[in-house]
Amino acid sequence: MKQLVCISSMPDTAAKISFTADQTHFNKEGVQYIMNPYDEWYALVRAVEMKEEHGGTITVCHVGTANNDTIIRKALAIGADEAVRVNKDPQDGYDVAVQIANVARDQEFDIIYTGKESIDYNAASVGAMLAELLDLPFISYANHMTYAHGKASVTREIEGGDEIVALPSPFILSASKGLAEQRIPNMRGIMMAKRKPLNVVEPVAVSQMARIVKYSTPPPREACEMIDPEDMDALVRKLAEEAKVI
Amino acid sequence: MSGRFTSHDYFQIDDLLSDDHLLARAAVRDWVTQQVSPIIEDYSNRAECPTHLFKGLAEIGAFGPSLPVEYGGGGMDEIGYGIIMQELERGDSGVRSMASVQGSLVMYPIFKYGSEAQKQKYLPALGSGSLVGCFGLTEPDHGSDPAAMETSIVKDGDAYLLHGSKMWITNAPIADVAVVWAKDERNKVVGILVERGTAGFSTPEIKGKWSLRASITGELVFEDVRIAKDQILPGVKGMKGPLSCLSKARYGIAWGAIGAALDCYDTALRYSLARKQFDRPIAGFQLTQKKLAEMITEITKAQLIAWRLGTLANAGKMTPAQISLAKRNNVLMALQVAREARQILGGMGIMQDYPIMRHLMNLETVITYEGTHDIHLLITGHDITGISAFS
Ligand SMILES: Cc1cc2nc3c(=O)[nH]c(=O)nc-3n(C[C@H](O)[C@H](O)[C@H](O)COP(=O)(O)OP(=O)(O)OC[C@H]3O[C@@H](n4cnc5c(N)ncnc54)[C@H](O)[C@@H]3O)c2cc1C
Repeated sequence: MKQLVCISSMPDTAAKISFTADQTHFNKEGVQYIMNPYDEWYALVRAVEMKEEHGGTITVCHVGTANNDTIIRKALAIGADEAVRVNKDPQDGYDVAVQIANVARDQEFDIIYTGKESIDYNAASVGAMLAELLDLPFISYANHMTYAHGKASVTREIEGGDEIVALPSPFILSASKGLAEQRIPNMRGIMMAKRKPLNVVEPVAVSQMARIVKYSTPPPREACEMIDPEDMDALVRKLAEEAKVI
Repeated sequence: MSGRFTSHDYFQIDDLLSDDHLLARAAVRDWVTQQVSPIIEDYSNRAECPTHLFKGLAEIGAFGPSLPVEYGGGGMDEIGYGIIMQELERGDSGVRSMASVQGSLVMYPIFKYGSEAQKQKYLPALGSGSLVGCFGLTEPDHGSDPAAMETSIVKDGDAYLLHGSKMWITNAPIADVAVVWAKDERNKVVGILVERGTAGFSTPEIKGKWSLRASITGELVFEDVRIAKDQILPGVKGMKGPLSCLSKARYGIAWGAIGAALDCYDTALRYSLARKQFDRPIAGFQLTQKKLAEMITEITKAQLIAWRLGTLANAGKMTPAQISLAKRNNVLMALQVAREARQILGGMGIMQDYPIMRHLMNLETVITYEGTHDIHLLITGHDITGISAFS
């Protein structure tokens, strides 16, 4: 079977987040990037498990600049066979979806995976847009999947429970926690990744449909105040008068 | 609790590393954070070796990362190997020792000096962690002067008899196979592969260590053990055999020690920013800053030494004397960083809630094994003056 996993990059969770002075752009200075964990731990690893069971190939696709090639190498080290990078710093999720659709069209992938969302902008939009652009069914928030003879049974997490969906391939799913378990690439995989193809393709033109006007960050957290455990009255007073929670 | 580890790279030495190096480091760091850090304090406390980690170490590729893939290695360069050791030792020197011994002291001599049949028989199994190995050089009466070893191998019909004992051997009590160095009838040192279960061969454990407590240590005792000819490594005679293995392992230690130092420094830095005395973070006091500033200075120097040693190794230009200088400098650096870091934490510095005291105790072994601190100094002295001070 042919599988495609869409991988995006995001600031390391330990990175300090700031925005440009006019609050319209994220400040990338000195920020370390990692692969979006939903793409890596769940989507990619499930694709690798599927390949181990059913054979075939895994392609990963990333829309970004050469700065992120380490992330692509990591995906190849975990078990993808080849990579396509669309050479563009994407302007938004729609841009990403159009670029990936352009790569995926005519390639007859059986399953296309995205993460359920990226952990930086949390838009959870690329999978759905891609499905629309490629005219394929879309299953979001998948936390379990079985597959045999071209038919999949996918479990989705919904409020308070699960929903089980049956459908034939091809389709697109967005992966949430539980779909697979994180795999740490090993040294052999890292060395083999160097010999796997990473094809760079130029982007297609995309008109911007929406524009980010401003980012704002929550007010900085105030220092924590310690209260003597013997002094319950002070605690109650502060909760009532200052925090106003009782 | 010690919180999430952040690495420190004051001189942007990462810019000198390749994508493979960075990927390897991130992978091993993740593995250590998930598999080693949560359990290591407990194993150390109980002086028990987390033997289940052998499989995991094998899976990530920590055994012989710079050996060829066909023989169970990872096919990486020497900097990749060093970086893996650094990340493992950030977790624990004992866990790094598990990997150093298996890769550099057991797989390496079999790869370098073994027959094709020996390589086929042992290397894939050692690389995958299904066999554990150990390396027997040190003897009860010969530590710093291993060339004076007494363990002997004499011809007996179409086979040989091995007699003697080895002391302080990492992994001895759990090893399936031992690489043993002994003298033949012409007084030449030869390498022998001895399997567990061979008659006359026993591996009593050495108990009561206050250092490297998560690593198991023992003796190798040979009471006229029958050795077939095909158990002898055909490719080497003389002290060059064991010394070349030690070079490989010491190189890894020069990198590894930086990992322990970084963990101590990172813990102390974070603690000093959070801990308040006299109404301000202790990181604001000049004396604390002196400690922290000197720590990062020494760590940075050690990182540069390790990196340069790695490039020399990759170019085939590294000398044993350079390895001695690097091992000696970097291990003492780590020990001093650990001591200062421990002081910054005050009373908390002696607690198991933080990794510092464990690193500090571990590093007392690291500064002793694979050539003591003073012996490495004498190697440098010999190298620069041309005069040996040993005898
Ligand atoms: C936990 C642990 C694990 C080990 N694992 C292994 C292993 O797997 N395999 C193995 O073969 N060995 C192993 N060793 C042994 C280690 O390599 C030796 O302990 C080390 O080489 C020192 O030998 P020694 O203990 O006999 O000390 P000695 O050689 O007796 O040295 C004692 C002191 O005398 C000093 N000294 C000796 N000679 C001179 C000199 N000429 N000039 C100045 N000072 C001198 C030394 O520097 C040291 O300070 C291990 C040791 C430990 C503690």
